[in-house]
Parts: sequence; structure tokens; C-alpha cells
Amino acid sequence: MTRGISTWAMVVIASFMSCATTVASGQARLIRIDGSSTVFPVTEAVAEEFQNSKRGLVRVTVGISGTGGGFKKFTRGETDVTNASRPISAEEMKAASENGVQYIELPICFDAITVSVHPQNTWCDSMTVEELKKLWEPAAQGRVTTWSQVREGWPSEKIELYGPGTDSGTFDYFTEAIVGKAKSSRGDFTASEDDNVLVRGIEGSKYALGYIPYAYYAPHASRMKAVKIDWEKDDLPAIEPSMENVVSGRYNPLSRPLFIYVNKESLQTRPEVREFVEFYIKNVPQLASEVKYLPLPSAAYEACLERVRKMQVGTAFAGHAEIGVSVEEIIRREPGVEARPSTGGGGK
Amino acid sequence: MLTSERSIARTRLHDRVFSIAGGLVTLGAVMFLGVLLFDLARDGLSRVDWQFLTSFPSRRPGQAGIFSAWVGSMLIMLVTAVTAIPLGIAAGVYLEEYARKNWMTSVIEINISNLAAVPSIIFGLMALGLFVYKFGFGQSILAGGLTLGCLILPIVIVATREALRTIPRGMREAAYALGATRWQVVRHHLLPYSTSGIATGVIIAMSRAIGETAPLITIGALTFIAFLPPAPIVTDPELMIQPLRWVWSPFTVLPIQMFNWVSRPGDDFLRNAAAAGVVLIALTLGMNAVAIVLRYRLRRRIKW
Repeated sequence: MTRGISTWAMVVIASFMSCATTVASGQARLIRIDGSSTVFPVTEAVAEEFQNSKRGLVRVTVGISGTGGGFKKFTRGETDVTNASRPISAEEMKAASENGVQYIELPICFDAITVSVHPQNTWCDSMTVEELKKLWEPAAQGRVTTWSQVREGWPSEKIELYGPGTDSGTFDYFTEAIVGKAKSSRGDFTASEDDNVLVRGIEGSKYALGYIPYAYYAPHASRMKAVKIDWEKDDLPAIEPSMENVVSGRYNPLSRPLFIYVNKESLQTRPEVREFVEFYIKNVPQLASEVKYLPLPSAAYEACLERVRKMQVGTAFAGHAEIGVSVEEIIRREPGVEARPSTGGGGK
Repeated sequence: MLTSERSIARTRLHDRVFSIAGGLVTLGAVMFLGVLLFDLARDGLSRVDWQFLTSFPSRRPGQAGIFSAWVGSMLIMLVTAVTAIPLGIAAGVYLEEYARKNWMTSVIEINISNLAAVPSIIFGLMALGLFVYKFGFGQSILAGGLTLGCLILPIVIVATREALRTIPRGMREAAYALGATRWQVVRHHLLPYSTSGIATGVIIAMSRAIGETAPLITIGALTFIAFLPPAPIVTDPELMIQPLRWVWSPFTVLPIQMFNWVSRPGDDFLRNAAAAGVVLIALTLGMNAVAIVLRYRLRRRIKW
């Protein structure tokens, strides 16, 4: 080669080589995790602490392929644990059984979808699920445009709506819980996959209303106001989203459990995976609240540990997301591996 | 007489108007870039320090860093460079100097130009099927580097051909007249003369690759990874047996780390994202600066 090219190549290669001179310590064991970006902050926190406690002998990697993308890899047996913001679906159960993958379903914390408004909004303290439905159902598009149309006596000002994009698990759950059918929503609202954009929108206008995960509301609680939710199907008054209300199972129907799914074979054959999962269950109550997620009642975690010890495989949901199921109910149910035929819609 | 003077005056006026308008547009574009850079630097510059560069990701924004991300970016770039540059230059030289001009070569030419315009996510999907599953490379540095290699290959080929075309026809003919073979002409004349052009093209292509996120997310780059791949240079003789172990390692890169921080709850991680952006821009500008210096120095040596 000519001098020109070789000097040039030397410069580039030398600059690349100089960067990675840290020698890795032996052959470390690796735990692969992927899945929902909603659950990511919790699993990241656990992975960080677990790695620290193992002093680099066990390594954990966490990806954000989304719940669906995560299940694709998990049911192929490529990952040991997958993060999920909804229960495993019927198709994913089928894929798992075709590939001979058995899994253990563990609810690990709550997310409370928070309907929030501007702090100077003096009229809207609480809303019923029926009112939310009137506002967000597809028929509302272009017709329900002012606050006064939602409830009489509210100002006849234009209402500015903010909500997550259609690929988001929050969108799926909210539409299922409020409108009654997943992904069924009006389309004329400001949508963003980035929840921080929604936060800024709601903070920016007195007549705004939007829904976001609780973890995005909590750090901004002084600059937004959470709306109390009144569910006609329970006897409780309007309930505001708070740690206490969610953990006691009173904030319905907008609180949803988040899950991890563990590959049974990894759990049985690899002690480090078992150790990680047990570490996860024992430490998640504290770590979840540190990253502003809402822990389950402590009885639920004991039931989870029990489920790991007994290697109870399968799901408690038979392939369908449900609305307003308490965590005690989820834990009490015997998990199964058979998908129930689709009936459409959720409900108790 | 009078009319021609008037017409000259009018033409001059047009000239002035155009140069002022062009200047304003350029100024606007540069200012826009300047404001963006300033805003990013204001948010992130104070966060860039030794701790930030040498820490792994963490749930605590103050302790989080980009160690695994920038090392990952560098190693991906290394694989990309090693695969795409020799292939791209060889293909460019072949198409320009060896290949006969017929319908086959024009089909190839059109396809290469089209490939350069294909959205990067398409390359990601192709790589997921081919490298990750078919070849069984998994979600490794090797798969990531090859993906970006495919992405920049057309750019390198086009840059090589453009550089070869700027060499006057007389140079080739003079060499052939003295009895040089085709390879001798390429090796002793065409490559040295076109090095500066090729190097510029290559580095611009690499600067594009370092900012890519979509294809790497598609093939499954990770977000939380708190360890480094095995080092490419090993001094321990026992490890010398597998000097290429690092290419199989899982990885993350700077833009993915940034993307993850931007979408986190709360404002604390936004500063980290801005700081990672500062590092990424510094890397890109650094690579472009190298391209400019190389071009200047290599061009000075060539006197026709």
C-alpha cells in the first residue's frame, strides 16, 4: 500500500485500539434480559445492585425491545428473563410452547396511569370513568372539544388533550380500561411516544389534560395536578393516584401490574439466574420506589418467592389482559399454560 | 448606449441581491447550528468529566456514565471500518478502472446509488435476519459492526469513484504508454492521487455511522450493560489464543444510551443525555477535523 493510505489507516486503528485496554476478568456468567421500556428502570436498578453485590462475577444485560419484541426473543429461548408491561398474549403462549419454553410469571410492581391537568385548573379535581370515556372514545373525535361538554359547569374553553402514541403499552391499557376496547381511542390529541413531551405539554397550558405513567407524574407533582378517578363499578369515592392507594389496591381501574417472566430452564440449570430472581423479589420493593414505581403489598412478594421455589409455570391471565384485577387475585390464581379463547374486552 | 448601461446596472444589482440573499441563508443555517450546539453544551458540558466517561449506566443520574457506550461505539466503528473500507475501495476501483461499461455495470451502478439512499432501519431489518439469525452472530459487536458496514459501503464506493474521476486522463495514459500494467497504474498512481478524496469520503461515512441508532436497536443492542467487552489488545499470553473474543460481546452505543436517558421520567437524566450528546458531537467533529487535515496534507504532496 502507499504511504498515504497506511499512515491514514494507522491513525484510525491506533485511535480505536487505545480506547479499550481494560482486560476483562476471566469468563463471567451472563444473564440476558430484554423487553418493556416501562419496566426497564426497575430492572436496571436491580441489575445494578445485583452486579455490585457479585463483584463482576455475574453480568446482567438489559435491553428495551418493548414488551412484544421482548417476548419474541424470550419465547425463542434467547433471553433468560423478559420485562413485560402486560401479561403474555395467547399468540406468545403458543410460540413458547412450540419452542418448548416454559416460564414463570411474576408480578413485580405497579404502574398507576395518571390523568393530570395544569395546577391552575381549579375546576377539575376528579372525574368518573364514564366522563373519561365520553372524552376519549372514538366517537368524541371532533365533537367533544370543550371542558363544558365533559361536565356541566366546567368552563366552555377548548380542552387540549395529550396522550401516548399507539405503540405504547400505556395507550393499550388506558383504552382498554376506559373505553372498553384496547387501542380504541379518539385520534385528535397530541400523541408522543416520549412521555416527557406529554409532561411538558400538560405543564404548559391551563386547559390541558393528559394521561401518563405515574413514574413520569411523580417527579413533576408540584407542577401538575393528578385527577382523582371515580370508578362506578366499585363503592369507593374518587381515588387519587398515590403510593398508598395503589398499594392497597384502591386506585382502579387505572393501576396495572408490571411483570417479569423467567425462563424455567435457566432458573433450574443456572444457579446465577435463580439467585438473580430471588434477589429481584427481595429488593424490588425498595428499589422500585427509588425509581418512582409503586411496589406490591409484601404478601405478594412472598407469594412470588413461593412460586419460584415451586417452579409454578404458566400465566394467571390465560392470554388476555384484564382490567382492575387486584394483585392478591393474580397471586391466588393457579397459573396455567392453556390460553382461553378470546372473548374480546376485559373486565372482572 | 443608455439601454446597455441600464442593463449592466440591472445585472449588477441582481448579482448583489443574490450574494446578499445567499449570505443571509448561509448565516441563518450556521446560526441555527450554533444555537443548537450552544444549547446542548449549556445543558451538558458541565456534566462531562472523568467520572462520566469512566462510569457505567446507573439508576442514579449523578453516578451514571457512558463508559460502556463510548467503548461500544468505538469497537463497532472498528468492525465497520475494517469491513467496509477495503471492500468499498476495492469495489470502487474495480467499477471505475476495470469493469467494462455494459448494461450489467450500469445496473450495479444504479443499485449502489439507490442503496446509499435506503433508510437505515431497512439495513437493520436485513441484518437481523441475515447476521443475527442466519449466520448466528447473535446480538454481538460483530453483527452491529457489519450492519453499519453495509450501511456505509455504498457511500465509500461512490466516494472512491468520485475521487478516481478527478485524476486527469493523461496520467493514466502516460503510465500505460510507459508499459505499466493496470495494477501498477492503480497502485502507483491512481490510489496515491485519490487518497485524500477517498479518506474524506470514508470519514464522512464513518461520522454518519457513529450517530446511527435505528439499525442497532433493530438487531438488539442493549441499554443497560455495566461491563466492557474483552480488550482487543491482550498482553496476557493465555488469552492470546482468542484475540477476537470481543467481537462476540453484547454492546451498547452512545446514541442508544442518549435515547434511553431522554425518555426517562424526571429531568435529572436529561443533563446526562445532553452530556452524552456533547461527547458524540465532539467525536463526530473530531473525525471530520481529521478528514480535513488529511486532505490538506496529502493534497500538498501531489503536484501535477
